[in-house]
Amino acid sequence: MHWFAARFNFLFRSTKGLILVAIALVSLVSALFGMLSGPMADFGIKDVIVRALNIKLVEAEREGRLVILYHSIAMVVVAIETYMITDLLPMKDGQRVAINSTITIGYLAVLFGGLPFAYWGHNWALHGLYIAGLSLIFFAGCLLVWALWPWRPEYRVSDKAYAHTRGGYNLERVAFFAMAVATLISALFGAIPGSYFGNGFEAFLAENVVREPHKSVLDLAVIGHLHIMLALIAVACALIISRWMDFKGTLHKLAMPLMIVGSIVLSMGTWLVVPFEAAAHAIIYGGSTLAMLGALFLVIFSWRKLIRTGLAEKGIRKGNFFQAVAALTRDPLKFGATWQMVFMNFTVSGVGIFTAVKLDEIFRKWQYMDERPILTGHWHILATLTATILLMYYADFAGLKGKARQWFGWLLIIFSDLAFGAVTIYEMRRLIVPEAVQQPLVNTTTILGDIGLATVLVVLAALMVWRLIDLFKKKGRWTKEVDQKLEIFEEVKQ
Amino acid sequence: MKKLIPLLLCAVFLLSACQPVDLDAPVPVYDTGIDPESWALIPAGEFLSGQFDKETDIPYDYEMMVTPVTNDQYAAYLNAALADGSIKISENQVSGYYPGDVFRGARHEEEIAAGDYLYIPLDDPALRLAFDGSTFSAKPGWGNHPMTMVSWFGAKAYCEYYGGRLPSELEWEKAARGSADNRPFPWGETITRNRANLIFSRDPFENMATFGSRTTPVGFYNGQVYDGYQTLDSPSPYGLYDMAGNVWQWTGDVYENQHYRYMRGGGMNNYENALRVWVRNNATPVFTGPATGFRCARGGK
Repeated sequence: MHWFAARFNFLFRSTKGLILVAIALVSLVSALFGMLSGPMADFGIKDVIVRALNIKLVEAEREGRLVILYHSIAMVVVAIETYMITDLLPMKDGQRVAINSTITIGYLAVLFGGLPFAYWGHNWALHGLYIAGLSLIFFAGCLLVWALWPWRPEYRVSDKAYAHTRGGYNLERVAFFAMAVATLISALFGAIPGSYFGNGFEAFLAENVVREPHKSVLDLAVIGHLHIMLALIAVACALIISRWMDFKGTLHKLAMPLMIVGSIVLSMGTWLVVPFEAAAHAIIYGGSTLAMLGALFLVIFSWRKLIRTGLAEKGIRKGNFFQAVAALTRDPLKFGATWQMVFMNFTVSGVGIFTAVKLDEIFRKWQYMDERPILTGHWHILATLTATILLMYYADFAGLKGKARQWFGWLLIIFSDLAFGAVTIYEMRRLIVPEAVQQPLVNTTTILGDIGLATVLVVLAALMVWRLIDLFKKKGRWTKEVDQKLEIFEEVKQ
Repeated sequence: MKKLIPLLLCAVFLLSACQPVDLDAPVPVYDTGIDPESWALIPAGEFLSGQFDKETDIPYDYEMMVTPVTNDQYAAYLNAALADGSIKISENQVSGYYPGDVFRGARHEEEIAAGDYLYIPLDDPALRLAFDGSTFSAKPGWGNHPMTMVSWFGAKAYCEYYGGRLPSELEWEKAARGSADNRPFPWGETITRNRANLIFSRDPFENMATFGSRTTPVGFYNGQVYDGYQTLDSPSPYGLYDMAGNVWQWTGDVYENQHYRYMRGGGMNNYENALRVWVRNNATPVFTGPATGFRCARGGK
């Protein structure tokens, strides 16, 4: 009994344990339900899984199933980010416990209510559990906003190298606070129209209505909701990585106001999609540019720091280009977290901007079924690249060192970028080849994408197996982690 | 050298993506026994339309072609229309007159003014028709396959030439689904590979390692065995074939504030979810594609 209680205490009462459980669950969900996707159907795997698990795939309910699956995965990621935030930023212990316990029960209810409801038949008690879970996560968000309130004297910065107001209030904390408030409002922005107009019974995917000339309030709200929620998850990720990198100095002072204003403007732009669709796009572009500029400053800061410390370790005061690159890339986890942000510009932001600019000239000349993969690929890549960044942070504080750290980091970077580079070419293939002669390109990009994603999943599985084995050790790593917090820097200690 | 081998293999693999596709690769020839000139009666009455089963009434009888229009049929039309001057051939394309749509200047809307518009592009290698300067004919082996690389204008012109019209979206959907239930596919609840021509359906016309998916002859999925390939008989409740898969089919509706024309049925390059009877595709009316065809309706309205 003690054996079980000790491990339960680690997994569900410590930050590192909670994050481990959430990553393990989301990995299993992604691996299992990913086997129902198109490419897996090609290999016949989908049929095997459906039969083996007695899954009920009612054709008319495909869109509803996917909406629940996407929400389930997203809620786990939101929980992981919340665990990180509550440990990285000072707050009262009671607040931390309340937030973490509420969101844990919330996402578990979402997973164990929503997925069985969607894939194994309609027991409405399960749907109720799913909705209760989403509500609990929202409530945890309210608690987080309260805990993050930045205008308390005890949360003022003591080190002036960090962005602050004249009164000493911590602008990074304001950025976290603004992101959390915007996330709560944006959640309501999807939930209220979804309940009021759709009542949950007429589920649709946003990419299916993009060419509708008359979009309903529900259409617009759902499109806005999914865009802003993913964008804010990415903003939260960038802020978390800022803490990890101990982002400070002039660039920090420039970046944090940009993050704050960017998050607010971006969110307002998506909320305004409903009443002022045309004008809202300009506001969204403005807000996202500001937030992306803030992230760029983080990248510049972290790369400079990695180069400086890397050269210093080798006793080099001012290295040449190659020495600088070697110093920058010596730690694939710390380099990879910000590299993925840069790579995101090629596969997500760049593609998105190009598509928006050339929409009528190029993409709306295609049949809709050729435009659709760009829309779905766009946010799949954004979501998954964000997940790889969080994984790199986890691998770092889970204590991955030496060759294992190098292998894990580089395999994650190379194969996720290979996959998403291939997917980007696949989704934009009509720019390169007409439909009649697309097969060789489709084959190559599909196989590269599959190899990339499979490798990422194998690497992730290896990390999870390593941690699972550790749990069976009497004095495993988990015994130390049970009381450890994520690194908290001097200036944010209470 | 050992380190170079994986790199070389990767390079060879990537270069394989650049190999040209042989659009004239040999095609097996099968007689399906389904007459493409035949029509099916769709009786007046209610049916459940869309994904969410909206009760919809079509208060008139109408007929729809049992199969999509074939290359042979379209070639015959072009020859007749060329002889009587109702089509034009210039700049490697067949075109004809369209009186235009009302333009309201909505967001993303493009004006379709009165004028000549593309029917088929003669210089596109994916076209399964040949033109020797005076006569059109189907390329060998492709005669009973659905006519593809045809624009909405070209599809509409064909139907009207023979006194018919393109079906509306609702007419098309009722013909595919029937009026007895809310089935997602014309034959019932579930789809298997030998019921329709979709991606990775492994039919005798498909080779995913080289040219990919190709059209199957109209009415191919009728329960016959073709060189060992067993098909399942998959008509709609009204006896129409190819209402799921093979080619997307143009429908006739022209909607306000948009220039897009809508297609139904799903094509040979799509996954099964695109073959559900309510799924819509759309494109500009001059769009042509190797998986885009049509069938006609007549009567009613």
